[in-house]
Amino acid sequence: MINKLSEEVVKIKPSGIRKFFDVVSEMPDAISLGVGEPDFDTPWHIRDEGIYSLEKGRTFYTSNAGLKELKEEICHYLKRRVGVEYSYADEVIVTVGGSEAIDIGLRALINPGDEVLIPQPSYVSYEPCAILAGAKPVIIELKNEDQFRLTKEALEAAITPNTKILILPFPNNPTGAVMERKDLEEIAKIVIEKDILVMSDEIYSELTYLEEHVSIASLPGMKERTILINGFSKAYAMTGWRLGYACGPKEIIEQMVKIHQFAIMCAPTNSQYAAISALKNGDEDVSMMREAYNQRRRYLVHAFKEMGLECFEPFGAFYMFPCIREFNMTSEEFATRFLQEEKVAIVPGTAFGDCGEGFLRVSYAYSMENLKEAIGRLERFIGRLRSEG
Amino acid sequence: MREKLLAIIEKNSKIDMRELAVIMGIPEIEVANELKALEEEGVICGYHTLIDWEKTSIDKVSAIIEVRVTPQRGKGFDHIAERIYKYPEVNSVYLISGGYDLLVSIEGKSLKEISLFVSDKLSTQESVLSTATHFVLKKYKDHGTILAQREPDERIMITP
Repeated sequence: MINKLSEEVVKIKPSGIRKFFDVVSEMPDAISLGVGEPDFDTPWHIRDEGIYSLEKGRTFYTSNAGLKELKEEICHYLKRRVGVEYSYADEVIVTVGGSEAIDIGLRALINPGDEVLIPQPSYVSYEPCAILAGAKPVIIELKNEDQFRLTKEALEAAITPNTKILILPFPNNPTGAVMERKDLEEIAKIVIEKDILVMSDEIYSELTYLEEHVSIASLPGMKERTILINGFSKAYAMTGWRLGYACGPKEIIEQMVKIHQFAIMCAPTNSQYAAISALKNGDEDVSMMREAYNQRRRYLVHAFKEMGLECFEPFGAFYMFPCIREFNMTSEEFATRFLQEEKVAIVPGTAFGDCGEGFLRVSYAYSMENLKEAIGRLERFIGRLRSEG
Repeated sequence: MREKLLAIIEKNSKIDMRELAVIMGIPEIEVANELKALEEEGVICGYHTLIDWEKTSIDKVSAIIEVRVTPQRGKGFDHIAERIYKYPEVNSVYLISGGYDLLVSIEGKSLKEISLFVSDKLSTQESVLSTATHFVLKKYKDHGTILAQREPDERIMITP
């Protein structure tokens, strides 16, 4: 059978997370710092709207690009929150999570030989999606000393005549890094000069703790070369509803809708109705959750400092990315031993790119109670490692 | 800072000063001063514990009583409210709008104890016109807290 499979797909490594997941699943009593989704339930008014739509029998397909009312609300939201105006009719597509938008966005743009710039550590799907679309992924290593921001020097060094798209994953999973306006302005200058498109994955845009999130699409000259990707999973705790969207130049969205139409048909109807309520009435829920994450974030920054664990202060998403190089172990060794000895699941930084070596992703999408327990165990564990010398 | 501080301790009065300072990102001394001021101003009236008595073997009965009263000249409802809230078994007394005037919640050991309170102490007050007593059969949610068993974390332990 093996020689009948697609060589391109066979070549792709399974997600590094998956490998670790198998180990964890054999330890049912373990606790975790390893999730990439909110611990909150979807706010009740949103769930209620979803239930209501089922009761009303809204169980049919929607138009391919999504419900008109939802697309309109997405446009209002983006205007209100990031100051970018899109036309709902031809510049928006509702997708099955942000993940689908990444996939079809790349597929709509790539020709053989095109290069896609992927800053890492970052979300696991950019590289395989770029490969499956036929592109050559070019990795840009983000650095701890830059607080894992993308610098103009690193960007310039990676650009070749074949560069077509820059993926901009901020606020970032797994590092928690953000790009402030001044950082984005430097990036915008270069991509305009070199005529590069930007795929800006802003799924964590509501979860920033320094300044309000700035979308690169809001900078002069950028809207026309940016695919803005966002969704409902992180901001409204709606991961299981599988709903995201992409906005961009209508020529690109048109092609994305084509792929979406044949591969997916439309995003889940029920989720789309619920999402309308999220955008219309969800601001307070978002700020409540943001405040809770921020409190936990401050707690972890403080706790890491107390235990002498090196970590830059992240201002986005719900992750910390501490450095474990002092222990002379790989990230995977550390995570495996930590799981075996203290029964805490944690994701090694290498799951998000080779340059994540020497780091761990610590998620704070947990109650304070849970965090305190896990951090207590981490402190005990690294105390033991240090005394082993 | 005041609003945030109150929001946190309204949910968790057990939190210690040090942790408060950490999660709010402000020095401990400032938190201490603010808490002191809030207590002195009477904004913070107490640090109570929410108990689900149903889960204990201790018998408790609670009731909500609607009370219609005649307001008194010069004193309005305050005088009668005071006469009611001074009873230690009374948990809360609210003046409310609508079909009746005072909403009294009360806790006792048995139905009989509460009935006696209503018939002997409450109804006999001079300005009380009528009462309607509603016994609480089950508490689903109290003080913003759902009393049902908490659902376990169903998330997959490791996700990207």
